[in-house]
Formats: sequence, C-alpha cells, structure tokens
Amino acid sequence: MSVSRRELLRAAALIPAAGALAACATPVQQTPATQAAGAKKALEVWIFDGGFGHQYATDIHQPLFKSKFPDVEVKHNFTKEITKVLQPRFAGGNPPDVIDNSGANAMDFGALAQDGQLLDLGPLLEMPSWDDESVKVKDTVDPAVINFGTFDGKFFVLGYVNYIFGVWYSQKAFTDNGWAAPKTWDDFIALCETIKKSGKMAPFTYAGKHPQYLYEILLTMAAKIGGNDVLVNIDNLEDGAWKAPAMLEAATRWAEVGAKYLMEGTAGLDHVQTQTAQNKYEVAMLPSGSWLENEQKSTTPPDFAYGMFPVPDVTGSDKLPYGTLHTQPGENFIVPAKAANTQGGVDYLRAMLSKKAAGDFSKMVATVSVVKGAGEGLELSPGVKSASAAVAAAGSNTVFYRWQSWYAQLKDEAIAATGQLMTGGVTPEKYLERIQAKAEEIKKDSSIKKFKR
Amino acid sequence: MRRRLFIFSFLVAPVTLYLVYVIAPYAQAFYIAMTNWRGVNAAPQFIGLENFGRLLGDGVFWKAVGHNALLLALLPVITIALALVFAYLLNVGGAGGRTGVWGSKFYRVLFFFPQVLAVTIVAVLFQQVFRPDDSGMLNAPLMALGLKPVGFLSNPSIALWSVMAVLIWQAVGFYVVLFSAGLASIPREMFEAAQIDGAGRMSMFFRVTLPLLRDTVQVAWVYLGIIAMDAFAIVWVMTDQHGGPDRSTTVMAAEIYRNAFQYFQFGYASALGVVMFFFVLGFAVLSLRLSRRERIEF
Repeated sequence: MSVSRRELLRAAALIPAAGALAACATPVQQTPATQAAGAKKALEVWIFDGGFGHQYATDIHQPLFKSKFPDVEVKHNFTKEITKVLQPRFAGGNPPDVIDNSGANAMDFGALAQDGQLLDLGPLLEMPSWDDESVKVKDTVDPAVINFGTFDGKFFVLGYVNYIFGVWYSQKAFTDNGWAAPKTWDDFIALCETIKKSGKMAPFTYAGKHPQYLYEILLTMAAKIGGNDVLVNIDNLEDGAWKAPAMLEAATRWAEVGAKYLMEGTAGLDHVQTQTAQNKYEVAMLPSGSWLENEQKSTTPPDFAYGMFPVPDVTGSDKLPYGTLHTQPGENFIVPAKAANTQGGVDYLRAMLSKKAAGDFSKMVATVSVVKGAGEGLELSPGVKSASAAVAAAGSNTVFYRWQSWYAQLKDEAIAATGQLMTGGVTPEKYLERIQAKAEEIKKDSSIKKFKR
Repeated sequence: MRRRLFIFSFLVAPVTLYLVYVIAPYAQAFYIAMTNWRGVNAAPQFIGLENFGRLLGDGVFWKAVGHNALLLALLPVITIALALVFAYLLNVGGAGGRTGVWGSKFYRVLFFFPQVLAVTIVAVLFQQVFRPDDSGMLNAPLMALGLKPVGFLSNPSIALWSVMAVLIWQAVGFYVVLFSAGLASIPREMFEAAQIDGAGRMSMFFRVTLPLLRDTVQVAWVYLGIIAMDAFAIVWVMTDQHGGPDRSTTVMAAEIYRNAFQYFQFGYASALGVVMFFFVLGFAVLSLRLSRRERIEF
C-alpha cells in the first residue's frame, strides 16, 4: 500500500483531535467495564512505599492471598505519591481494588468518604477470620481500629499498624550518664536541667520543620491532665475546646521547654535530621512514635537501645493515671467503592489480618500490628519491646484524636501555630486562640464535611 | 491554494494541541471555579460565585498575594540591576572599554551555571546551604566565629528574603547572557565615539549602554515579573511546611496547589487560579503599556 505525503499529513493532523476527548480536566462519569462471567478477575493493589517499604506486600500478604485464591492475578504496584497517581483514577471512575492510602501525600479520607468513594468494610468485620472460621474478623483486631476507621457510622478504613507515641531516648545514654526516665513533669524539667548542665548533649528536640510531632505530645498531655474529653471536644469542634484549661496548662509547659531546653537550630531541622542527631548523642530526648526504631535503623549505633517513656504526671491531680498513652492505628488500607473487584479487595484485607501475615509483617518491619497477639513469641527489638511494655502498662488508658485527618486546614493551622509557640512567636494563650479561631471557621464552613466521634 | 493547504496541514497539529492542552483547561478552570468539586466525585455541584466570595476573606491567600507583590516589586529590579552590571563588566567594562574585565570568559560560564540546574535541585541544595546547624554552609562559619546560627528558613521574618535571594541567584545568569547579546548588537563605534568624547565607565553605562538596551530590559522585566508571580517550585520544595514557617513565604501558586491537592477543594483552588490568571494578565498588559516608547534606531 502506498501512502501519499498528503494522506500522511492528513492522518497526522487527525491524531491530536482524537486525543482531545481524553484531555478533559473535569470529571467524566464512566461505567466500569463489565467483567465477563467466569473470567479470571485481577486484583490491583497499590502500596505506599514509605517507612515500611512495599516488600511486605509481595513477600508476605500476596503469597498468602494467592494460597486461597490461586486464580486471581494480583497486580502489585507501589508509589510514594498516592494522591498524584491515584486521584485521577478516582475522578475517572476506575480506581484500583486495594490502596494503602498512607504517607504525607495520601488522599484525604474526608473527601473520599464524603463522595461515597469508599467501600463499607463493615461486612469484613463480620466475616469469619482467615485463620479460624469460628472467629469473626472484628474479634481479632484492636478495637481502636474500628473506631478509627469509622466515618459517619461506616467502617471505611483499616489501619494495619498500631502507632504508639511517647518520648524516645537512648537507654545506653541514660544508663551511662545515670539519668532516669522521668515520672513527673518536675522530674522531667530537672532532667532537662541536668542534661543541659552536663554539656554532653542538648536535652530535648523535635522535628522543627514538622511541628505536628510536638503538638502530638502537647495534646496527649492535655488529655492526661483534663481527661479524654479534652480530645473528644477538640475532635467534635466544640466551642472553646482548644481553650480548655488543660490545653493552656500543656501549652504553657511546652512553651517553657521551647524557650529553655531545645537543641540549637531545632526549628529548622526535620525529623530525620533531629533523629540522626539523637543517634549521634547530640540530643537526649524527642517525641515520636513506634515507627522510629525502624525508620532510624541505618543510623542507629548497635548499642543505642531505643527506649520510650509516656507523658509524665503534670499537676499531681491529673484526670488520667501515669502511663496514659496515645495510640493510633496507621498505615491505612481502603477498598474503593467503584473498584472492579471489591470482593477480592475485601479478601485481601482479610488475609492481611491473619496471625501469620501480621506476625511476619511485625517482624519484617519492626513494628506493632493491630492484630491481637500477632507479636507473641517473636524476638523483638529494644524499642518495640519498650513500646509494647508501655501499651501493656497503659491497659485501657489510651487516648487518640482524629481532627487532623478530618480537617486538613485545621492541621495546617495547628502546625504553623505550634512552630510559633515553640520559638516564642506567640504566647500560649494566643496560640490556643489562633487554633480555636480556625476550628470555628471550619465549623461554620458548610463546604467541609463534619465528623463526630 | 495548494500551498495554503500545505501550510495549514503543518499548523493543524500544534494548534490542536494548544487548544486541547492549554486553552481548554483554562476554560474548564473557569467552570470548575464555580463548583464545589472535591476532585474525586463525578458530579460537581454548581455554586455560582460562592468560591470568589470566600477567597475575599481568605487571609492566607491575601498574605500570599502580598508576598507575590513584594517579589514583583523587588525581584525584577535587583536581578536586572545585577545582570546589567555583570553583563557590562563582562563585555565592555575592561580597561580599554572595548573588552570585558580580566577573567570574563570564566565568569561568563560561572554565571550561567545556576540556569543549568533544575529548580528542584536548586531548592534542595539551598536547604543545605541554609541549614540552621553546623552542617549549614552559611551557618557553619557563623557558628565557628561563636555567633548564633541564623534561621534562614526557620525564622518567619527572614525566610521570604532567603527565598528571594535564591530566586535572584538562579535568574541572574540568564539575564547576563541576554544582556550580553543585547550589548553585542550595539555598534562598537557608539562606545568608541563616547570614549573619544571623554565618557568614563559610569557615564558610558548610563548614557550609552542602558538606553540602547531598553528593549531587552523591557523583555527581562516581563519575564522576571512572571517569575515573581509564580515562584512556586522554590517555595514548595525549599521552605518548611511548603510556604512556611507560619505561612511566611507562601505564594499564590502554593495556595492553589495546597487547596487542590491537600485540602481537595478543587473548585476553590480553581477560583484562586482564576484570580491569579487575572493578576498575571493584568501585570503583563500594564508593564507593556507603561514601557511603550519610541524605539531608538541605529
């Protein structure tokens, strides 16, 4: 067949015109391709490639899933940029089947829930567990998972790991210098003073570029002083919730730490830089969560021995006892409502919640999973051991908050204000007023979906 | 006729691409700006001008506009001034008045280096330069002298100046080249004549070079103005909390991105985008109007 030059040009001109329809920025309602009956269904899985990597999915979860569903072809994918990669898929009406929607670039759960994009995972909780037909899935996981994954009465989000928050230190540095983990605030300040005077290292630091590490411990402390309701009221956007007396108490205490005991340059350093400084014995303590040990494994000296202590007693008449912990399920898995293989997605999550999958996962990435008893009999590292002991000691005295994942705007305001509080830019009173004002603005904004707990 | 058809066939592809990928998204942004679309659902609701009403009261956005305005006022002036001085020195600033200063060939390459680096790399490099501990390139010498480290990016009253310094550092090289080309097109005799008339380096620069470079400077002004209205990449990558600390460095484009991809308010973000579109358009029209003048023929 011979093609004249003109025909070729004409054809070339038509190609971009054909692409025109595909380039729309506005959403287009698409009907998902219907699957022929009996066809082998594929299962598309997207894992957030963050602190835990994505190997746990290919090495542990997917082989286990395939053992019961050998016909399903698992399409494994991973990314650090969940939103950029997957948000267009939602807008186009063809989202994947399982998503680990985690990390700094995760999609907003509030927006997804509001738009009915998430599959109700309630039925998953009622299903028989992977290991034992007679036990329901919901009885194998930490109850906080269900509370945390519930938006407007529906269970949408499955947190897979249990994050445990506290103040982290090197057991070696503390033993060598004769320092002890403080039980009261006065002890804590005295310890900071001792460390400062010793000249060996700075007493305290936090990820100055990410002040959410600091408001975490500030809020946990406020809950310890004033009871769990302090956090519940904040989550529910109650009037004056941020200006509660317990919040002022906690903010005042931390502002003092900010003024006196921070490592030089803290405000301009990020979590990796401050954590590495701790590994180099340049600073004694920092607030973080149970992922810390795994995150720092390449820079931690072998005998460093991470340890964690909970928020100390503050007033002597704190509402919650010593040992109160902030725990929070994380590494959030969802199944999109419009996915092609929602049933496969649910079964994949069910496989993940088996004791074997969760136990192997805990061991591989050195963290605590939400599956009850999954860590039993496993050799644990000092940090995970310390955090697990703290959880056991806390018993039912655990607290959490959810406003930061519900209201992204409020989170940004709290981050900005907390940075200012710790560098002396605002007083504790002004600090709380500022965040309260933003909370009220969000409460009044009809375009933002509200949540209650 | 055949000839025209032939030319037309070459234009179809680029024009179609431009319409589909540039003009159509603009038009769609105007529509999205009038909806409450959150980016994930397929049926955005039409809410008229509500988003525009809301942005009038958005303190953070107006703070960002203020930062862009400050950049717009200073960035072009400083960059052009520096670039002119460097270009002058490199080309005609030498002893004889007809060649560049000693080592100008080396500097010519050196000045252009920042232009070769990707913006993201520049931003990440300067995070290290500005680091507030003894690993920081600027703070290490300060601390060695026993001074307190400066929070170039962590002090809200300094951070925006740090951003501006980086923008200038990156832009100057390109304008040195642009002005050098402009200088090269000025006939040598002009400089020689001025020299014979007894003009020194200073008066030669202000009476000969600058007036004859007017057109080039004008173009540079518009380009730099647009850089100042944007500044997104440096701000987003380099500063703490993407435009922080405490929003002290945020710019319009950063707020658009934040509202779209972090708050998932695509409708509102589009409204901000529409406003920014008019700001940029207004600037371009205004600066071309104001600088219109008779050309100098030579």
